[in-house]
Amino acid sequence: MTLVRLLFYVMSFIAIASALYAALSKNLVRSIFIFFVTLFALAGLYVIALADFVAVTQVVIYVGGILVLILFAFMLSGRETLNVIQHQKGKFINMAKVPAVILAVLFLAVIVNIILKADADNLPWIKQAIAQQNEITPTSSTIDNIGVNLMTTYLLPFEAISVLLLMALVGAAHLSRKEGGA
Amino acid sequence: MITLTDFLLVGALLFCTGMYMIVSKRNSIQVLIGIELMLNAAILNLVAFGKYDKLNNGGQVFALFAIVLAAATTAVALAIILNVYRRYKTIDPDEIKNLRD
Repeated sequence: MTLVRLLFYVMSFIAIASALYAALSKNLVRSIFIFFVTLFALAGLYVIALADFVAVTQVVIYVGGILVLILFAFMLSGRETLNVIQHQKGKFINMAKVPAVILAVLFLAVIVNIILKADADNLPWIKQAIAQQNEITPTSSTIDNIGVNLMTTYLLPFEAISVLLLMALVGAAHLSRKEGGA
Repeated sequence: MITLTDFLLVGALLFCTGMYMIVSKRNSIQVLIGIELMLNAAILNLVAFGKYDKLNNGGQVFALFAIVLAAATTAVALAIILNVYRRYKTIDPDEIKNLRD
């Protein structure tokens, strides 16, 4: 029990620290690569939340797909992206960033306040789920259940998302074609 | 045992980090990374609540849907960023002020 808790703290520390580094870093490449670490730590957090299939999907799609895509876009957009970063370094505290910091901190205060007031662990439906043993335990295997549910209960959103994905891919291919051909 | 509130707090921190990136960054790709961070915070909340739904697996299934949606979003957004770079030779969101004509 304590080991799981320790792992949770380590994972969440890595996730938050690397996210903050990605946010504060002025170097785009460093920001992208440290985002890898955030995604891996989040996959670890999903495992701790007993969602191993989602964790594996996170690694496959996010780390294998999205980040490689972002790296491609970075490399295709050339030197100008780095020049943007060059001329804003210098001052330690950038006055233009202050409103963003204030916005983020105030929003965080609001969310934390709401979370602490909502007291999610004592919600009625969660107590009911624990009482009816509708709770995922570390020994239960959920992947077969996810597969059955995906093809029965959630069939309509599954089909909708497949059509949407096809549309997005066709749209992306259309957008990134060379100008003047069509 | 790790409580739901712990997961929600981690999610809130990640969400605010992403929001800071979206508001303050001067590079579209970093803005996109901020959006991904916010999406991941939402997925973390879905997964954390999904633990209490063993029969229907609602949280986990919709977390999978959200991941797929994030992939679609990123593909389209990067295509748009590449187009914007081709037209304006910059991807700073502050510099892009003109429409096509």
